[in-house]
Amino acid sequence: MPAALSISGLTKTYASGLQALKGIDLQIQQGEIFALLGPNGAGKTTLINIVCGLVTPSSGLILAADHDILRDYRAARTLIGLVPQELATDMFETVGATVNYSRQLFGCERNPALIEKLLRDLALWERRRDLIMTLSGGMKRRVMIAKALSHEPQILFLDEPTAGVDVELRREMWSLVRSLRERGVTIILTTHYIEEAEEMADRIGVIHKGALIVVEQKSTLMRKLGRKELTLQLLEPLGAIPDGLRDWPLALSPSGLELQYSFTTADQHTDIAALLKRLDALGIAFKDLNTRQSTLEEIFVGLVREGDRRPA
Amino acid sequence: MSSWHFNRRGVAAIYKFEMARFRRTVLQSIVTPVITTSLYFVVFGSAIGSRITTIGGTSYGAFIVPGLIMLMLLTESLSNASFGIYLPKFTGTIYELLSAPVSSLEIVLGQSGAATTKSLVLGGLILGTASLFVPIRILHPGWMIAFLLLTAASFSLFGFVLGIWARSFEQLQFAPMLVVTPLTFLGGAFYSIDMLPRPWRMVTLFNPIVYLISGFRWSFYGKADVSVALSLACVTAFLAVCLGLIAWIFKTGYRLKN
Repeated sequence: MPAALSISGLTKTYASGLQALKGIDLQIQQGEIFALLGPNGAGKTTLINIVCGLVTPSSGLILAADHDILRDYRAARTLIGLVPQELATDMFETVGATVNYSRQLFGCERNPALIEKLLRDLALWERRRDLIMTLSGGMKRRVMIAKALSHEPQILFLDEPTAGVDVELRREMWSLVRSLRERGVTIILTTHYIEEAEEMADRIGVIHKGALIVVEQKSTLMRKLGRKELTLQLLEPLGAIPDGLRDWPLALSPSGLELQYSFTTADQHTDIAALLKRLDALGIAFKDLNTRQSTLEEIFVGLVREGDRRPA
Repeated sequence: MSSWHFNRRGVAAIYKFEMARFRRTVLQSIVTPVITTSLYFVVFGSAIGSRITTIGGTSYGAFIVPGLIMLMLLTESLSNASFGIYLPKFTGTIYELLSAPVSSLEIVLGQSGAATTKSLVLGGLILGTASLFVPIRILHPGWMIAFLLLTAASFSLFGFVLGIWARSFEQLQFAPMLVVTPLTFLGGAFYSIDMLPRPWRMVTLFNPIVYLISGFRWSFYGKADVSVALSLACVTAFLAVCLGLIAWIFKTGYRLKN
């Protein structure tokens, strides 16, 4: 089965001289949820806009299910749906009219049953005769999703889909994205809410200064780059870390009441049990302990900082 | 999709969308030009025209009808078409057109087709309004329709180019207000260029609108300021230039794709 999306050697240099993308190579498999993360101006939206036909690439090849997006643009674009970052809607149109327009624009015949289901799924059916200008921001965002889905795309781009929507609606959108994936739709999303990527993505790509600095399965990324921290709340303060604990890279809090042991989640030999035994043997008692795993956000920030230190 | 070669549903969607905007803004789109034209007839046709006998055997009121229709046709085609493409650029909804499986030709067909239709409707309405004020005869109805269609289509295409070029509403108004309207007034909409002194007649011949009005007036009354063939060649050449510009815009992505 061909990849849902195959990008090779993609570059983009704007007329201003800004090199927005520097040789992107990326394969996205059918039915996966791929989260593209990156700081502002990293090139996320440029990448999406090129694939969707809004921006002309400087070089490179992009195939949507084996269809070249430039030479075979009709077949490629029929497979793709886009929900852009900005809330761009025809304010004076009704919800129903604008969604039907999108479907026909993509060359599909009218399908009232499908549009009704789509609008019901997105809680827009009751508002189908209302002008878009009368809707709330969250509802306008849903209208844009309905427009993008109206031609039943196989690949859906969601550029910051939950920006500016409330927590409840965000959860509803996550649920919608999962249901689309169950139907085999490939989803590529960019987000500033790392929690969103952590919650939904199968695979994560981090783009920084126009280059993909990492592409990994989410679980692999968190295992390889994530850190764990064990904190022991001591009964009696320590003045310094005893020599008997030198085998472990421990840190003592200024109060002397907390011992911290950090290790990577990829590390197979953390030897926590031995540490606890040694503490017991040294007569160091603790009243509580807790462990904490680094979040995707911390991993992301670490990767970006590392990218900043590298020469451009 | 029924055919990969021509996205007829896409073209129909664009056309219907633009026509829906026309219906929504019916007051601005139809009533305003009709009232304006009536005012022209009252002022030029009755008040001033009553002091002018005939021009080339045609009463002054009837003489200005083709020029008035042309004036409205040019400005409305330009405004409607330029607004039709500028507005999606301004609001950001252009993303949908650019990401849809529609070719540049199909976008232009839908957009300019709607603008041309609006202009033809307007042309018909103005002709109807004019017939209430003055007796009108059309000697060559086939040629009249051909000139009407060619002019509406070419200025709708020109409007499309203008809408792509414009970066502000001010720029959008620039060509209709500061170029086309003065050129139409100076192009013989309200007079025959034979009435001008010789040096000015020569200068006027550099105004392309002269050829459009002259050819169009010929289709009504059989008399033209310049050769009909030249008029036809002029409007056809303008159409070709606009098509060439649009082809270049879509090839290069000028002010459409970064």
